[in-house]
Order: sequence, then C-alpha cells, then structure tokens
Amino acid sequence: MSHDTSDNMPEAHDASHGAVATHGDPFADPGLPAHEPRRTDIDERAAKRAERQVSLLFIVSMLATIGFIASYVVFPIDEIVYIFPIGHVSSLNFALGLTLGVALFCIGAGAVHWARTLMSDHELPAERHPIEADDELRADVIEQFKTGAAESGFGRRKMLRNTLIGSMALVPLSGVVLLRDLGPLPEQKLAHTGWDKATPQNPIALVNMNTNKPMKAEDIIQGSLTFAKPEGLEEDAEDFQVQIAKDALMLVRIAPEDIKDNQSRELGFEGILAYSKICTHVGCPISLYEQQTHHALCPCHQSTFDLADGARVIFGPAGHPLPQLKITTDEQGYLVATGDFDEPVGPSYWERPR
Amino acid sequence: MKKLSARRRHPLAALVVLLLALAATGGLYAAFAPAEKAQADTSAQSLAIDEGKKLFAVGCSSCHGLNGQGSSDGPSLVGVGSAAVDFQVGTGRMPAQQPGAQVPRKKVIYSQTEIDQLAAFVASLGPGPVVPKEEAYTPSTDPAVAGEEISKGGELFRTNCAQCHNFAGQGGALTNGKYAPSLEGVDPKHIYEAMQTGPQNMPSFPDTTMPEEQKRQIVAFVRHTTNDEPNPGGLTLGSLGPVTEGLFGWIFGLGLLIVVAIWVAAHTTKAKKS
Ligand code: FES
Repeated sequence: MSHDTSDNMPEAHDASHGAVATHGDPFADPGLPAHEPRRTDIDERAAKRAERQVSLLFIVSMLATIGFIASYVVFPIDEIVYIFPIGHVSSLNFALGLTLGVALFCIGAGAVHWARTLMSDHELPAERHPIEADDELRADVIEQFKTGAAESGFGRRKMLRNTLIGSMALVPLSGVVLLRDLGPLPEQKLAHTGWDKATPQNPIALVNMNTNKPMKAEDIIQGSLTFAKPEGLEEDAEDFQVQIAKDALMLVRIAPEDIKDNQSRELGFEGILAYSKICTHVGCPISLYEQQTHHALCPCHQSTFDLADGARVIFGPAGHPLPQLKITTDEQGYLVATGDFDEPVGPSYWERPR
Repeated sequence: MKKLSARRRHPLAALVVLLLALAATGGLYAAFAPAEKAQADTSAQSLAIDEGKKLFAVGCSSCHGLNGQGSSDGPSLVGVGSAAVDFQVGTGRMPAQQPGAQVPRKKVIYSQTEIDQLAAFVASLGPGPVVPKEEAYTPSTDPAVAGEEISKGGELFRTNCAQCHNFAGQGGALTNGKYAPSLEGVDPKHIYEAMQTGPQNMPSFPDTTMPEEQKRQIVAFVRHTTNDEPNPGGLTLGSLGPVTEGLFGWIFGLGLLIVVAIWVAAHTTKAKKS
C-alpha cells in the first residue's frame, strides 16, 4: 500500500500561500496553516475502514427504522413499564421515540463521519474583493439612467407619474382583501347569546354547571365561585361547545357595600354578580378569581378585571370590561336572567358598538 | 425591739423579709382564690374549647384578637368554622410566619389534638363549616366505582379548579405575588376543607353549589393525577406545559446540537506525518 503514499503526501506548506504582511506587524496575517493530510488520505486501509463505519451507521439507521415500524405493531398502546431514570412510561411511546431517535441520529452521524474522513478537506481561500463597480462603469450607468428618465418623460408628464404611484399604492390592498377572506367578521354572532330570549316576563334560569340544576340566591355565599349556563342548554346538544363559548357565566357574591360601581350593583341581585366568563381580549375562559381582592385574572395574557368595580380592566391587554348579565330571582327564589348581556361578549372587533 | 432593730442591718435580713412576704401572699391566695376547678364543666367538648382558648390566646390572639374578633393584623374568625382551622393550622399555614401576599404552607407546629382543640374553640365563636368526616373525602376502594369517581372528578376539576391549579394540579401564579399552590401530596382532608372554606384568595365551593359527593370525586381525581397516574411520555418536566417544555427544548435540545456542531467543526482527524 505504501507505493502511492508519497504521491498523496502534499508538499510542505508553501509560505507564499496567502498574503503575509510586512515583517514586524503585530497583527500580521499568518496565512493559512499547513495542510495536514488525514490518515484516510494516505492510508487506503483506513479509508476503507471509514467507509465501512459510515455504511454501518447507515445500516443501523435502517434497522432502527424497521424497529420503529415493528414496535408500532408489537407494543400495546396502553402498556406502562418502569424504565429507570425516567419512571413509568408507555412502552410504545418509549420504543417509538428511541428507534426514531437512533434512526435519525445514525444518518446524521454517518454523514458527519463521511465528511470528516473521506470527503476532500483541502482549505480553499476565496479572495474578497470590493463590491463597488469602478468609476467608469458607474458614470455610464448613471448616464443611462438619466437618459432613460428623460426619454420616459417621467418628470415631465405629471399625470403619468401620479397614476403610476397611485396604482402601486393600491396593489397591496388586494392582500388586505385576501386576508379579510380568512374568516367572516363575527357580525351579530357575538351580540346574541343563549340569554337573548330572556325578558322580565320570560326569564331564563341560571343553571349550575356542576349540578345541572337551577340555584337559589342563598346558595351563592360570599367568597364562593360558581359557573352557570342558561336553562335549556344541554351538554349533549350538538352545538354545546359553540353556545357555551358565549353563554358561560361566573357568579360571585360581593358584600353590596364593597361594590364600587352602582350600575353593576343594580344588575346583580343582593351582591350576586353574573359576569361573562369570556375574556374581552381574545376570548379565553377566565376564572382565576381571587375572593379577597375580587380580581379575576385571565391565564392567557394576564388581563385582570376588578369584579367589585364593574369588571373594569386593571391590567393587561383586554380592551373593555367583562359584560354583566342582569339577574334577579323568581317567585320561588331561583336566580334568573331577565335580559341578554348589554354588549357583545368576548373579544373586540371592528363593528363592535363600543 | 432593740435587738431586732440592731439586726436590721444584718446581711441576711432582706432575704428573711422576702421569704416572709412570699409565704404570706401564697397563704392569702390559697385562702381566697376562686374554687375554679370545682365549678368547671367537665364535658369533653367544653374541655376542648377551654384548652383551645388557652392555645388560641398564646398562638393566635396577637393577630385575631383575644376572642377571635379580628384586628388590623388578622381577620375575624367568627363563623369560619372548625374546617377552616383544621385546614389552616393542619397545613402549617397558621400561625403565619410573616405578613405578605401569600401565607405559604410550612411545617405543622401543633399536634392534631391541639388543632382539634383550637378548632373547637373557634367553632364555638359562631357556626361555620365543620371538619368533614373521613368517609366524605375518602375515595371509594371498589375499582369500578373508583374509576367512575376519578373521571367525574376530572370533569369537575377542569371546570372549577384547573384554571388556577393547572390541569395536573401543579399550581400556578396569580396576581401580585399570590399563587395557587400545587396539590401534590396534599392530604385529602385538606383538599376537601379548602373547597369548603376557600382559604386565602381561593374562592369557596360550598355544598350548595358543589355537593359533598362532587367534592369527593374531585379529591379522588386529584389524588389519582398527582400520585398514581403514569406519564406515557416520561419526564413530566413539572407538568407545567409549554414553559418548561420550551425551556428544556431550547437549553438541552439546542445546546446539545450546538455542542455537537462545535465538536464536528473543531476536530478533524489528522494523520501524523511520519
Ligand atoms: S385572552 Fe384574556 S388576556 Fe388575552
């Protein structure tokens, strides 16, 4: 094998390779370091070995992929096993993750090994040149530009110029129209909820989300938090999720003298206030209610509402207070709503009245 | 008399006088002290209340007032009931270490007997939620019923609790330094009592809006999720969701990739020229 080794051995580093700055300059460009051959460059056996290693990695990857498919078939979906540092895990998930991980890793490792041992590793300097064109060329281009401008009459024909600018400015609008296509505006959908049929003559009962039963005023004690939906909205209804996303209420009871907002106190019943549970920022369900401060917090972007003060926004991106439902009790003392929210629930949108 | 007054200056005279005075006071007290013992009601309940009152005077009255009427440093305890005392003292939250946004859970310093006595005293101040009986919060042992309880409890938990305590009961942040604590390892009784009484900023879930049975289901679910539920993917990273997972991905995932990239670029196998 040694007969061709000397041919592959490069010459000792050529000092003129790369610009070497003047003597005595502390920041002199040292030029490129000497190129050192790798073992695989000079030893055919080493190269063959590297080749085998790379293929081995690729083969392991293939096996791992087969293992992936096999484990998908073999492992039952609900089997839980104990694996030491991780704990109780699903055997299927573990096997899938492990085999896919190995398959991908081996392809990567093989590629890297290939590049490092077998592909050419000669350093190639590429000179950097100023990107500026020379003066002559520049003068020529400017000349051509001026001629072109003069010939087009762009500066002279004002109408032409203005209409061109106008058309260019309007083109992006088509993009806006396309974006508008992303969805219909909510129109009246958020303005009407499951409570909108309620009138003083025909009140709708507030139904407890936990028990699915109407509640009496005395059931709501100070410091408690209760979620309610309109009577008649059943959980197995086809559009339950769509409806509850607008109808959901949270009920709190605040000592009437602690309620700072008169209108809010009147909408409630003896301190029981019924607020929409839907955040007015982008519509997350909020109900992180702090019973001592009467703050309700939205988990999505931390909008904070003061429920004792008409659900005023005291922090965060929400634009307006939570809508409040007017409630009272019927003859038997059950809590009922006598009207819809006085403004649309949920996030702001352009056509929103206020 | 001369002799006596002559000894007035004796070094031990002061001591003798002191002893005489002490003996006189002791004797007078024995003669006139009210015969308290003989008159006290000896029923177990009022004994507990008495003991509780003493403990209260020492441990709690500086904030809640001698009769639990409250002060500028602590709320009135009239009507909070024994469940609140059992929860607050039983989880070490009370006596509070220092005022602040949140009173954290810490080492319990009272024995259960003492807690019961304190609770009896506070309960005597006004009616309120009572400490639940064991069967109220003990999940069923029948596997079929238990499974049903857990799944119902899960639904209730997601409606009522998950917004603050996180879907896996790991707790979460509230406003201004307050937080909803993790439910991991919390005694079922204390979970139940917290729902009953609404400690600190947690709203309460009284039996009128969340019946006893539903509370038991929630306890069953919380115990199951925080204790027994296996984690199919391994490494929960605190079950906190995107925050920890993202952090892990960035730091360990990307970090590892960077390390590998540096290693790949920095080392090239060079042959020794020989
Ligand atoms: S959705 Fe509530 S703050 Fe953004």
